[in-house]
Amino acid sequence: MPASKLADTSLPHSVSKINSGGAATRFVRQALIIAEKDLRSELRNKEALNASVSFSIVILVLFSFAFDPSSDQLQEISGGLLWMVYSFAGALVLNRSFAREMQNDCLDALMAAPMPASALFLGKALANFALLTAVEIVSLIPFGLFYDVHITEQIWPLLLVIVLGTWAMTVIGTMFSALTVNLRMRELMLPILVYPMMIPALMACMTLTSDLLSGTPLKGDNLIWIRVLSGFDIIYTALAVVFIDIVLVG
Amino acid sequence: MRDKIMYLLGAVFAVLLTWDLYKIFILVPDEANQGAIFRIIYFHVPSIFTGFTGFFLALIASGLYLATGNLAYDAFAASVTEVALAFASVVLATGMIWARIIWGVWWAWDARLTSMLMCWLIYAGYLMLRRAIEEPAQRARLSAVVSIFGCVDIVIVWKSIEWWRTQHPAPVLSIRDGGGMAPGMEAPIYFNYLALLCLAAILVMVRMRQEKVAREIDSLRRMAHAY
Repeated sequence: MPASKLADTSLPHSVSKINSGGAATRFVRQALIIAEKDLRSELRNKEALNASVSFSIVILVLFSFAFDPSSDQLQEISGGLLWMVYSFAGALVLNRSFAREMQNDCLDALMAAPMPASALFLGKALANFALLTAVEIVSLIPFGLFYDVHITEQIWPLLLVIVLGTWAMTVIGTMFSALTVNLRMRELMLPILVYPMMIPALMACMTLTSDLLSGTPLKGDNLIWIRVLSGFDIIYTALAVVFIDIVLVG
Repeated sequence: MRDKIMYLLGAVFAVLLTWDLYKIFILVPDEANQGAIFRIIYFHVPSIFTGFTGFFLALIASGLYLATGNLAYDAFAASVTEVALAFASVVLATGMIWARIIWGVWWAWDARLTSMLMCWLIYAGYLMLRRAIEEPAQRARLSAVVSIFGCVDIVIVWKSIEWWRTQHPAPVLSIRDGGGMAPGMEAPIYFNYLALLCLAAILVMVRMRQEKVAREIDSLRRMAHAY
Protein backbone atom coordinates (compact mmCIF):
# COMPACT_ATOMS: atom_id res chain seq x y z
CA MET A 1 0.00 0.00 0.00
CA PRO A 2 1.43 3.43 -0.88
CA ALA A 3 2.46 5.58 2.06
CA SER A 4 0.02 8.38 1.20
CA LYS A 5 -2.93 5.99 1.23
CA LEU A 6 -1.84 4.53 4.59
CA ALA A 7 -1.77 8.00 6.12
CA ASP A 8 -5.17 8.82 4.60
CA THR A 9 -6.96 5.85 6.08
CA SER A 10 -5.26 5.22 9.41
CA LEU A 11 -5.15 8.68 10.99
CA PRO A 12 -8.84 9.74 10.73
CA HIS A 13 -9.89 6.24 11.79
CA SER A 14 -7.87 6.30 15.01
CA VAL A 15 -8.89 9.88 15.80
CA SER A 16 -12.58 9.12 15.32
CA LYS A 17 -12.21 5.98 17.45
CA ILE A 18 -10.67 7.97 20.30
CA ASN A 19 -13.15 10.82 20.15
CA SER A 20 -16.46 9.02 19.70
CA GLY A 21 -19.06 8.69 22.51
CA GLY A 22 -19.89 10.92 25.51
CA ALA A 23 -17.30 12.91 27.46
CA ALA A 24 -16.85 10.33 30.25
CA THR A 25 -16.77 7.35 27.89
CA ARG A 26 -14.33 9.21 25.67
CA PHE A 27 -12.04 9.95 28.65
CA VAL A 28 -12.07 6.32 29.81
CA ARG A 29 -11.44 5.08 26.28
CA GLN A 30 -8.51 7.49 25.82
CA ALA A 31 -6.98 6.34 29.13
CA LEU A 32 -7.45 2.69 28.17
CA ILE A 33 -5.81 3.23 24.76
CA ILE A 34 -2.71 4.67 26.50
CA ALA A 35 -2.71 1.82 29.04
CA GLU A 36 -3.02 -0.73 26.25
CA LYS A 37 -0.16 0.89 24.32
CA ASP A 38 2.13 0.90 27.37
CA LEU A 39 1.27 -2.67 28.33
CA ARG A 40 1.74 -3.92 24.79
CA SER A 41 5.15 -2.27 24.41
CA GLU A 42 6.25 -3.59 27.82
CA LEU A 43 4.99 -7.11 27.14
CA ARG A 44 6.83 -7.15 23.82
CA ASN A 45 10.28 -6.34 25.21
CA LYS A 46 9.66 -7.16 28.93
CA GLU A 47 12.60 -4.93 29.92
CA ALA A 48 11.20 -3.41 33.11
CA LEU A 49 9.23 -6.54 33.98
CA ASN A 50 12.23 -8.87 33.89
CA ALA A 51 14.47 -6.35 35.63
CA SER A 52 12.09 -5.70 38.52
CA VAL A 53 11.26 -9.39 39.14
CA SER A 54 14.96 -10.32 39.18
CA PHE A 55 15.76 -7.28 41.31
CA SER A 56 13.10 -8.20 43.88
CA ILE A 57 14.58 -11.72 44.17
CA VAL A 58 18.07 -10.21 44.60
CA ILE A 59 16.80 -7.99 47.44
CA LEU A 60 15.07 -10.98 49.08
CA VAL A 61 18.40 -12.85 49.04
CA LEU A 62 20.28 -9.81 50.39
CA PHE A 63 17.81 -9.47 53.27
CA SER A 64 18.71 -12.98 54.42
CA PHE A 65 22.20 -11.70 55.29
CA ALA A 66 20.87 -8.70 57.22
CA PHE A 67 19.15 -10.80 59.91
CA ASP A 68 18.47 -14.39 60.90
CA PRO A 69 15.83 -15.57 58.38
CA SER A 70 14.63 -18.38 60.67
CA SER A 71 14.02 -16.26 63.76
CA ASP A 72 10.60 -15.67 65.36
CA GLN A 73 11.13 -11.95 64.87
CA LEU A 74 10.64 -12.48 61.15
CA GLN A 75 6.85 -12.57 61.45
CA GLU A 76 6.89 -9.08 62.98
CA ILE A 77 9.02 -7.52 60.27
CA SER A 78 7.76 -9.56 57.30
CA GLY A 79 5.37 -6.80 56.15
CA GLY A 80 8.16 -4.23 56.23
CA LEU A 81 10.46 -6.50 54.23
CA LEU A 82 7.85 -7.25 51.62
CA TRP A 83 7.02 -3.58 51.03
CA MET A 84 10.71 -2.62 50.90
CA VAL A 85 11.08 -5.16 48.11
CA TYR A 86 7.96 -3.83 46.37
CA SER A 87 8.95 -0.19 46.62
CA PHE A 88 12.49 -0.78 45.31
CA ALA A 89 11.39 -3.12 42.52
CA GLY A 90 8.44 -0.87 41.71
CA ALA A 91 10.74 2.11 41.22
CA LEU A 92 12.31 0.31 38.24
CA VAL A 93 8.93 0.13 36.49
CA LEU A 94 7.72 3.59 37.52
CA ASN A 95 10.94 5.49 36.71
CA ARG A 96 10.71 4.47 33.07
CA SER A 97 7.06 5.33 32.67
CA PHE A 98 7.54 8.77 31.09
CA ALA A 99 11.28 8.54 30.43
CA ARG A 100 10.68 5.85 27.79
CA GLU A 101 8.66 8.40 25.78
CA MET A 102 11.67 10.70 25.43
CA GLN A 103 13.16 8.68 22.56
CA ASN A 104 12.16 9.98 19.12
CA ASP A 105 10.17 12.78 20.83
CA CYS A 106 7.28 10.39 21.58
CA LEU A 107 6.26 12.53 24.56
CA ASP A 108 5.67 15.51 22.27
CA ALA A 109 3.52 13.33 20.04
CA LEU A 110 1.52 12.13 23.05
CA MET A 111 1.03 15.70 24.22
CA ALA A 112 -0.19 16.66 20.75
CA ALA A 113 -2.66 13.74 20.70
CA PRO A 114 -6.33 14.78 20.95
CA MET A 115 -6.75 13.87 24.62
CA PRO A 116 -6.34 15.65 27.97
CA ALA A 117 -3.11 15.17 29.94
CA SER A 118 -5.16 13.58 32.75
CA ALA A 119 -6.25 10.76 30.41
CA LEU A 120 -2.61 10.25 29.45
CA PHE A 121 -1.66 10.15 33.15
CA LEU A 122 -4.45 7.73 34.12
CA GLY A 123 -3.63 5.48 31.17
CA LYS A 124 0.02 5.31 32.17
CA ALA A 125 -0.92 4.81 35.82
CA LEU A 126 -3.25 1.91 34.91
CA ALA A 127 -0.52 0.21 32.86
CA ASN A 128 2.02 0.70 35.66
CA PHE A 129 -0.49 -0.61 38.19
CA ALA A 130 -1.04 -3.79 36.16
CA LEU A 131 2.71 -4.34 35.73
CA LEU A 132 3.52 -3.64 39.38
CA THR A 133 0.75 -5.92 40.65
CA ALA A 134 2.04 -8.69 38.40
CA VAL A 135 5.62 -8.19 39.69
CA GLU A 136 4.37 -8.15 43.30
CA ILE A 137 2.30 -11.32 43.00
CA VAL A 138 5.18 -13.13 41.29
CA SER A 139 7.68 -12.06 43.97
CA LEU A 140 5.21 -12.94 46.77
CA ILE A 141 5.78 -16.63 45.96
CA PRO A 142 9.59 -16.69 46.50
CA PHE A 143 9.05 -14.51 49.59
CA GLY A 144 6.67 -17.14 51.07
CA LEU A 145 9.04 -19.97 50.14
CA PHE A 146 12.35 -18.42 51.30
CA TYR A 147 11.13 -16.97 54.58
CA ASP A 148 8.49 -19.56 55.53
CA VAL A 149 5.74 -16.93 55.76
CA HIS A 150 2.12 -18.13 55.41
CA ILE A 151 0.86 -15.96 52.61
CA THR A 152 -2.29 -18.01 51.96
CA GLU A 153 -3.74 -17.76 55.48
CA GLN A 154 -5.24 -14.26 54.93
CA ILE A 155 -4.87 -14.13 51.18
CA TRP A 156 -7.92 -11.98 50.32
CA PRO A 157 -7.28 -9.17 52.83
CA LEU A 158 -3.60 -9.35 51.80
CA LEU A 159 -4.57 -8.89 48.15
CA LEU A 160 -6.75 -5.91 49.12
CA VAL A 161 -3.76 -4.30 50.87
CA ILE A 162 -1.54 -5.06 47.87
CA VAL A 163 -4.06 -3.47 45.49
CA LEU A 164 -4.51 -0.30 47.61
CA GLY A 165 -0.78 0.02 48.35
CA THR A 166 0.23 -0.57 44.75
CA TRP A 167 -2.18 2.12 43.52
CA ALA A 168 -0.67 4.56 46.06
CA MET A 169 2.85 3.75 44.80
CA THR A 170 1.69 3.95 41.19
CA VAL A 171 0.02 7.35 41.47
CA ILE A 172 2.97 8.98 43.25
CA GLY A 173 5.53 7.19 41.06
CA THR A 174 3.83 8.03 37.76
CA MET A 175 3.25 11.66 38.76
CA PHE A 176 6.87 12.20 39.75
CA SER A 177 8.07 10.30 36.68
CA ALA A 178 6.21 12.95 34.65
CA LEU A 179 7.54 15.75 36.84
CA THR A 180 11.20 14.78 36.48
CA VAL A 181 11.09 13.62 32.86
CA ASN A 182 12.95 16.65 31.50
CA LEU A 183 15.51 17.01 34.29
CA ARG A 184 19.24 16.54 33.94
CA MET A 185 19.48 14.56 37.17
CA ARG A 186 16.27 12.56 36.73
CA GLU A 187 17.62 9.28 38.12
CA LEU A 188 18.89 11.05 41.24
CA MET A 189 15.89 13.29 41.87
CA LEU A 190 13.16 10.64 41.59
CA PRO A 191 13.99 8.52 44.68
CA ILE A 192 14.68 11.65 46.76
CA LEU A 193 11.21 13.00 45.98
CA VAL A 194 9.18 9.79 45.74
CA TYR A 195 10.11 7.77 48.84
CA PRO A 196 9.40 10.43 51.51
CA MET A 197 6.13 11.18 49.72
CA MET A 198 5.07 7.51 49.87
CA ILE A 199 5.81 7.07 53.58
CA PRO A 200 2.20 7.32 54.90
CA ALA A 201 1.06 4.66 52.41
CA LEU A 202 4.08 2.43 52.99
CA MET A 203 3.63 2.76 56.77
CA ALA A 204 0.01 1.58 56.47
CA CYS A 205 0.92 -1.27 54.09
CA MET A 206 3.77 -2.51 56.29
CA THR A 207 1.66 -2.53 59.47
CA LEU A 208 -1.27 -4.26 57.77
CA THR A 209 0.86 -6.84 55.93
CA SER A 210 2.84 -7.81 59.05
CA ASP A 211 -0.43 -8.41 60.92
CA LEU A 212 -2.01 -10.36 58.07
CA LEU A 213 1.07 -12.54 57.56
CA SER A 214 1.07 -13.44 61.24
CA GLY A 215 -2.53 -14.60 60.89
CA THR A 216 -4.37 -11.63 62.47
CA PRO A 217 -7.58 -10.92 60.53
CA LEU A 218 -8.44 -7.46 59.25
CA LYS A 219 -10.44 -5.81 62.04
CA GLY A 220 -10.34 -3.32 64.93
CA ASP A 221 -7.34 -0.96 64.85
CA ASN A 222 -6.21 -2.23 61.47
CA LEU A 223 -9.27 -0.81 59.74
CA ILE A 224 -7.88 2.66 60.49
CA TRP A 225 -4.84 1.84 58.34
CA ILE A 226 -7.13 0.70 55.52
CA ARG A 227 -8.80 4.10 55.79
CA VAL A 228 -5.41 5.88 55.71
CA LEU A 229 -4.47 3.88 52.63
CA SER A 230 -7.78 4.50 50.81
CA GLY A 231 -7.68 8.20 51.75
CA PHE A 232 -4.11 8.48 50.45
CA ASP A 233 -5.17 6.83 47.18
CA ILE A 234 -8.18 9.09 46.67
CA ILE A 235 -6.42 12.35 47.63
CA TYR A 236 -3.34 11.77 45.50
CA THR A 237 -5.29 10.44 42.50
CA ALA A 238 -7.37 13.63 42.58
CA LEU A 239 -4.30 15.88 43.03
CA ALA A 240 -2.40 14.13 40.25
CA VAL A 241 -5.33 14.39 37.80
CA VAL A 242 -5.67 18.11 38.58
CA PHE A 243 -1.96 18.97 38.43
CA ILE A 244 -0.69 16.72 35.63
CA ASP A 245 -1.65 19.29 33.02
CA ILE A 246 0.49 21.94 34.76
CA VAL A 247 3.39 19.49 35.06
CA LEU A 248 3.38 18.30 31.44
CA VAL A 249 2.11 21.30 29.51
CA GLY A 250 2.58 24.35 31.75
CA MET B 1 12.02 51.27 52.75
CA ARG B 2 12.76 47.55 52.78
CA ASP B 3 15.97 48.19 54.74
CA LYS B 4 14.06 50.22 57.32
CA ILE B 5 11.53 47.41 57.80
CA MET B 6 14.38 44.94 58.22
CA TYR B 7 16.11 47.09 60.85
CA LEU B 8 12.80 47.58 62.64
CA LEU B 9 12.12 43.84 62.68
CA GLY B 10 15.69 43.26 63.84
CA ALA B 11 15.19 45.68 66.74
CA VAL B 12 11.90 44.01 67.75
CA PHE B 13 13.61 40.61 67.54
CA ALA B 14 16.54 41.74 69.73
CA VAL B 15 14.30 43.30 72.40
CA LEU B 16 11.92 40.33 72.50
CA LEU B 17 14.73 37.79 72.65
CA THR B 18 16.60 39.63 75.41
CA TRP B 19 13.43 39.91 77.49
CA ASP B 20 12.61 36.23 76.83
CA LEU B 21 16.10 35.05 77.72
CA TYR B 22 15.86 36.99 80.99
CA LYS B 23 12.53 35.34 81.77
CA ILE B 24 13.60 31.84 80.68
CA PHE B 25 16.90 31.75 82.52
CA ILE B 26 16.29 34.01 85.53
CA LEU B 27 12.58 34.16 86.34
CA VAL B 28 11.20 30.72 85.35
CA PRO B 29 12.11 27.99 87.89
CA ASP B 30 13.44 24.55 86.96
CA GLU B 31 10.75 22.05 86.04
CA ALA B 32 9.96 19.59 88.88
CA ASN B 33 10.81 16.35 87.01
CA GLN B 34 13.13 17.39 84.19
CA GLY B 35 15.31 20.04 85.82
CA ALA B 36 17.02 22.75 83.77
CA ILE B 37 16.89 20.91 80.41
CA PHE B 38 13.15 21.59 80.09
CA ARG B 39 14.04 25.16 79.02
CA ILE B 40 14.82 23.80 75.57
CA ILE B 41 11.05 23.79 74.98
CA TYR B 42 11.23 27.62 74.72
CA PHE B 43 13.18 27.22 71.48
CA HIS B 44 11.90 23.81 70.36
CA VAL B 45 8.19 24.70 70.22
CA PRO B 46 8.54 28.27 68.80
CA SER B 47 10.85 26.87 66.08
CA ILE B 48 8.28 24.29 64.98
CA PHE B 49 5.59 27.02 64.97
CA THR B 50 7.82 29.26 62.85
CA GLY B 51 8.79 26.38 60.54
CA PHE B 52 5.20 25.36 59.96
CA THR B 53 4.11 28.96 59.45
CA GLY B 54 6.76 29.10 56.73
CA PHE B 55 5.68 25.86 55.05
CA PHE B 56 2.07 27.05 55.12
CA LEU B 57 3.02 30.39 53.52
CA ALA B 58 5.04 28.47 50.91
CA LEU B 59 1.92 26.44 50.09
CA ILE B 60 -0.12 29.62 49.59
CA ALA B 61 2.64 31.25 47.51
CA SER B 62 2.95 28.11 45.36
CA GLY B 63 -0.80 28.12 44.74
CA LEU B 64 -0.68 31.83 43.88
CA TYR B 65 2.19 31.24 41.46
CA LEU B 66 0.21 28.52 39.66
CA ALA B 67 -2.84 30.82 39.53
CA THR B 68 -1.04 33.98 38.35
CA GLY B 69 2.30 32.92 36.85
CA ASN B 70 4.03 35.76 38.71
CA LEU B 71 7.64 34.74 39.46
CA ALA B 72 7.72 36.93 42.59
CA TYR B 73 5.44 34.38 44.31
CA ASP B 74 7.87 31.65 43.33
CA ALA B 75 10.80 33.61 44.79
CA PHE B 76 8.81 34.06 48.00
CA ALA B 77 7.90 30.33 48.15
CA ALA B 78 11.55 29.32 47.66
CA SER B 79 12.89 31.81 50.24
CA VAL B 80 10.30 31.00 52.86
CA THR B 81 10.80 27.24 52.41
CA GLU B 82 14.55 27.59 52.86
CA VAL B 83 14.13 29.60 56.06
CA ALA B 84 11.41 27.25 57.36
CA LEU B 85 13.68 24.28 56.67
CA ALA B 86 16.37 25.92 58.81
CA PHE B 87 13.86 26.22 61.65
CA ALA B 88 12.79 22.59 61.10
CA SER B 89 16.46 21.65 61.53
CA VAL B 90 16.52 23.59 64.81
CA VAL B 91 13.44 21.62 65.94
CA LEU B 92 15.17 18.31 65.18
CA ALA B 93 18.45 19.38 66.81
CA THR B 94 16.89 20.75 70.02
CA GLY B 95 14.56 17.74 70.22
CA MET B 96 17.51 15.37 69.94
CA ILE B 97 19.45 17.16 72.69
CA TRP B 98 16.39 16.98 74.96
CA ALA B 99 15.86 13.28 74.11
CA ARG B 100 19.49 12.43 74.96
CA ILE B 101 19.06 13.85 78.46
CA ILE B 102 15.50 12.67 79.23
CA TRP B 103 15.12 9.44 77.22
CA GLY B 104 18.84 8.53 77.19
CA VAL B 105 18.94 8.19 73.39
CA TRP B 106 19.46 10.76 70.64
CA TRP B 107 16.64 9.45 68.53
CA ALA B 108 13.54 7.30 68.96
CA TRP B 109 11.56 6.07 65.97
CA ASP B 110 8.44 7.56 67.38
CA ALA B 111 5.68 8.68 65.03
CA ARG B 112 6.09 12.40 65.62
CA LEU B 113 9.87 12.34 65.28
CA THR B 114 9.62 10.23 62.16
CA SER B 115 7.04 12.50 60.59
CA MET B 116 9.08 15.61 61.40
CA LEU B 117 12.11 14.01 59.76
CA MET B 118 9.96 13.08 56.78
CA CYS B 119 8.70 16.66 56.54
CA TRP B 120 12.33 17.80 56.57
CA LEU B 121 13.21 15.32 53.80
CA ILE B 122 10.28 16.40 51.61
CA TYR B 123 11.28 20.07 51.73
CA ALA B 124 14.97 19.21 51.33
CA GLY B 125 13.88 17.34 48.18
CA TYR B 126 11.95 20.44 47.09
CA LEU B 127 15.08 22.60 47.41
CA MET B 128 17.20 20.00 45.58
CA LEU B 129 14.63 19.88 42.79
CA ARG B 130 14.93 23.66 42.42
CA ARG B 131 18.68 23.32 41.97
CA ALA B 132 18.24 20.66 39.29
CA ILE B 133 16.14 22.89 36.99
CA GLU B 134 17.74 25.77 35.10
CA GLU B 135 14.79 27.36 33.34
CA PRO B 136 13.01 29.75 35.79
CA ALA B 137 9.40 29.21 34.64
CA GLN B 138 9.77 25.42 34.57
CA ARG B 139 11.48 25.48 37.97
CA ALA B 140 8.68 27.58 39.45
CA ARG B 141 5.94 25.39 37.96
CA LEU B 142 7.35 22.01 39.03
CA SER B 143 8.47 23.10 42.47
CA ALA B 144 5.03 24.65 43.15
CA VAL B 145 3.43 21.27 42.44
CA VAL B 146 5.95 19.49 44.70
CA SER B 147 5.29 22.03 47.46
CA ILE B 148 1.52 21.37 47.29
CA PHE B 149 1.99 17.58 47.20
CA GLY B 150 4.40 17.78 50.16
CA CYS B 151 2.08 19.90 52.26
CA VAL B 152 -0.81 17.46 51.75
CA ASP B 153 1.50 14.60 52.68
CA ILE B 154 2.49 16.28 55.91
CA VAL B 155 -1.16 16.77 56.89
CA ILE B 156 -1.82 13.03 56.33
CA VAL B 157 1.19 12.03 58.42
CA TRP B 158 0.36 14.50 61.19
CA LYS B 159 -3.14 12.97 61.37
CA SER B 160 -1.82 9.43 61.43
CA ILE B 161 0.23 10.18 64.55
CA GLU B 162 -2.94 10.25 66.58
CA TRP B 163 -3.60 6.65 65.54
CA TRP B 164 -0.11 5.39 66.22
CA ARG B 165 1.42 4.83 69.61
CA THR B 166 3.64 7.76 70.47
CA GLN B 167 6.52 8.26 72.84
CA HIS B 168 6.67 12.01 72.30
CA PRO B 169 5.26 14.05 75.23
CA ALA B 170 1.57 14.90 74.82
CA PRO B 171 0.75 18.54 73.96
CA VAL B 172 1.23 20.74 77.02
CA LEU B 173 0.18 24.12 75.65
CA SER B 174 -3.25 25.40 76.65
CA ILE B 175 -4.09 26.30 73.02
CA ARG B 176 -3.96 22.57 72.24
CA ASP B 177 -6.06 21.63 75.32
CA GLY B 178 -2.94 20.45 77.08
CA GLY B 179 -3.04 22.81 80.05
CA GLY B 180 0.12 21.15 81.44
CA MET B 181 2.13 24.32 82.09
CA ALA B 182 1.74 27.14 84.57
CA PRO B 183 0.69 30.39 82.79
CA GLY B 184 3.95 32.14 83.75
CA MET B 185 5.98 29.29 82.24
CA GLU B 186 3.94 29.13 79.04
CA ALA B 187 4.03 32.83 78.05
CA PRO B 188 7.72 32.96 76.96
CA ILE B 189 6.94 30.28 74.35
CA TYR B 190 4.57 32.63 72.53
CA PHE B 191 6.89 35.62 72.89
CA ASN B 192 9.76 33.54 71.51
CA TYR B 193 7.50 32.52 68.61
CA LEU B 194 7.01 36.20 67.87
CA ALA B 195 10.77 36.82 68.13
CA LEU B 196 11.60 33.93 65.81
CA LEU B 197 8.92 35.09 63.35
CA CYS B 198 10.71 38.48 63.17
CA LEU B 199 14.02 36.70 62.58
CA ALA B 200 12.42 34.49 59.91
CA ALA B 201 10.91 37.55 58.20
CA ILE B 202 14.35 39.24 58.05
CA LEU B 203 15.96 36.10 56.64
CA VAL B 204 13.19 35.72 54.03
CA MET B 205 13.63 39.37 52.97
CA VAL B 206 17.40 38.94 52.60
CA ARG B 207 16.88 35.71 50.65
CA MET B 208 14.27 37.33 48.37
CA ARG B 209 16.66 40.14 47.57
CA GLN B 210 19.21 37.49 46.57
CA GLU B 211 16.62 35.83 44.32
CA LYS B 212 15.86 39.18 42.69
CA VAL B 213 19.54 39.93 42.08
CA ALA B 214 20.08 36.40 40.74
CA ARG B 215 17.19 36.92 38.30
CA GLU B 216 18.62 40.24 37.15
CA ILE B 217 22.08 38.72 36.62
CA ASP B 218 20.51 35.85 34.73
CA SER B 219 18.60 38.17 32.39
CA LEU B 220 21.75 40.31 31.83
CA ARG B 221 23.66 37.14 30.95
CA ARG B 222 20.94 36.15 28.49
CA MET B 223 21.09 39.62 26.91
CA ALA B 224 24.87 39.38 26.63
CA HIS B 225 24.55 35.99 24.90
CA ALA B 226 21.96 37.41 22.51
CA TYR B 227 24.41 40.00 21.18
